[in-house]
Amino acid sequence: MQTQDAISAGYGGDKPSYLTNGSTLKSWLLTKDHKRIAIMYLISVSVFFFMGGIYAAFIRLELLTPASDLLETATYNKVFTQHGILMIFFFLIPAIPAILGNFLLPLMIGAKDLALPRINLLSLYIYWVGGILTLYALMQGGVDTGWTFYTPYSTTFSNSFVMAVGLGIFINGFSSILTGLNFIVTIHTMRAPGMTWFRLPLFVWAHYATSLVMILGTPVVAITVLLLAIERVTRVGIFDPAIGGDPILFQHLFWFYSHPAVYIMILPGMGVISEVISNFSRKKIFGYEFIAFSSIAIAVFGFLVWGHHMFVSGQSIYAGLVFSFLTMVVAVPSAIKVFNWTATMYKGSISYDTPMLYAIGFLGLFLVGGLTGLFLGSVGLTVHLTDTYFVVAHFHYVMVGGQVIAYLAGIHYWWPKMTGRMYSEFWGKISAMLVFVGFNLTFFPQFILGYQGMPRRYAAYPEEFQVLNIFSTAGASVLGVGLTLPVIYFTHSIIAGKRAGDNPWMLPGLEWRTASPPPTENFEEMPVVTWEAYEFGEENGLDIESARKASGPSVPVQA
Amino acid sequence: MSHDHTEGAHIGIPGYLGVFAILVVGTILTYYVATFDLDFIFAGANTLVALLIAFTKMAFVMLYFMHVRWSGRLIWLSAVASFFWLAIMFAYTMQDYLTRGQGVFSY
Ligand SMILES: [Cu+2]
Repeated sequence: MQTQDAISAGYGGDKPSYLTNGSTLKSWLLTKDHKRIAIMYLISVSVFFFMGGIYAAFIRLELLTPASDLLETATYNKVFTQHGILMIFFFLIPAIPAILGNFLLPLMIGAKDLALPRINLLSLYIYWVGGILTLYALMQGGVDTGWTFYTPYSTTFSNSFVMAVGLGIFINGFSSILTGLNFIVTIHTMRAPGMTWFRLPLFVWAHYATSLVMILGTPVVAITVLLLAIERVTRVGIFDPAIGGDPILFQHLFWFYSHPAVYIMILPGMGVISEVISNFSRKKIFGYEFIAFSSIAIAVFGFLVWGHHMFVSGQSIYAGLVFSFLTMVVAVPSAIKVFNWTATMYKGSISYDTPMLYAIGFLGLFLVGGLTGLFLGSVGLTVHLTDTYFVVAHFHYVMVGGQVIAYLAGIHYWWPKMTGRMYSEFWGKISAMLVFVGFNLTFFPQFILGYQGMPRRYAAYPEEFQVLNIFSTAGASVLGVGLTLPVIYFTHSIIAGKRAGDNPWMLPGLEWRTASPPPTENFEEMPVVTWEAYEFGEENGLDIESARKASGPSVPVQA
Repeated sequence: MSHDHTEGAHIGIPGYLGVFAILVVGTILTYYVATFDLDFIFAGANTLVALLIAFTKMAFVMLYFMHVRWSGRLIWLSAVASFFWLAIMFAYTMQDYLTRGQGVFSY
């Protein structure tokens, strides 16, 4: 049984941490260490998030007034397209798997590294190549098709850089495929002795499900973009009806990937939330198996609903009915998760640290995002709501209220493990609340706007919509401040943050049973797992209750 | 799952060349069949024939070039699952195309 002394004595032997093990540029760029690769992803993904954010700022500034005055309409088309492309392909999809998943998967299952470390580095390089190509195309003049590249506009009429951006996304897809492949092989073959499937943290289950979607879905979108290029260059009739193609076929192929891609974005977020809710309620998660299998169910059923993006496209009524029904079905596993998280918190010993604030925010926002998805999935109502701001509000509630908030929860939660430093808890809480308030102020008015009929993707709108648009823009500026604060206090934490112990939150998970930051080989000796997941109490060798008592009420240290 | 490499190259260079030859013949056959109009059998028969040849070639690549034939059950499961996924994509797409403008739900 380890008590506070033993815990603060730490797991770190005399081995250097992964951060200090080599400081040359070469030691980073040629590393095979999953933790260093994760840090490089963190920096790259943040750059793309920042750039996508600048585009978002331009959208909100343009929509402050009814007239198209700040941006020309053609420019506005490019701005919202590029906001979507950067955010979806270069931030939302890689963020949690490539940063947190990469860093934590081996630590959580007690492995030295991912199963294929070189492939892991390769996927980072592919991400860079795809990203740089896309950025180059954006600098050359950008693309104006919307992130969905709908035909025949994208193949026949658009004069923007469709080909170059398409190539960037095509290349980037392989990064995601390789990451997924790596995770699946790792989870199958690299688990430490005693780490059975049902002792895996739910974060790992979520990443397993995500990886399945990545492997099965991403090749389809890559080929679809390739077909688009073939038609644009060689005029072979695939999607253009004028030369014998079918534009709706593009939508089928595109959404076969892009609906499941929503789950690539949200499933890892759900994994983070399972960890944070259980650990900060200090209670074994309610219905472990249900949460684990609901991740798999989401991955499977997520492939059967793509037609709900095509209700008004000319798809047959019969297909519309089937896709609508299946959309209602896929809501069930997500609902199971939400109920289980809530039940976990019931009678838990909840501490409101920054990660938990984000996680509680997630519960509410994801609920709104998910339920409005049901509005859009019903064939009748959707005719009124298609291509309005209601859709924009819905998917931002899922993507930002869900994925981004979960990502922030995860980054705050594992920051002490990744850097060995604590951040300012005070500023963390301030930022979590600003994000929550700013987010709702930005996107809730858009539900009303959409319901009243304001269409998306236009630079100008009728005057009666202005008040709600001002609300939205004001909210976006609050959200912007909330998202900038972490950059500041995280940077401060690296330079002057208080040292975090190996297990600053006093948790039983395997990733907390090594040094902070961990040594290159993760564990001093091969761990043997003898405890169940989320087992609080002395059974797992960590007498947390007595440790908490010994250390006073505020275990997570204020900076 | 076991992946036995002790057999070396499994079917040797001549075997691989044989598979390659089958792929080349398949490609030529695809072209040759495409020069006929098979619509007299049923509408779209050309596509079906082209797909059948393509699937045959794909099976050879997977079984021999990708060594699935000598791989363990988990690999077989993954391979079969990916075909199942492809079938989902085809089936649910065709569920749209085959029900347009006919039957109870026509428009
Ligand atoms: Cu969808």
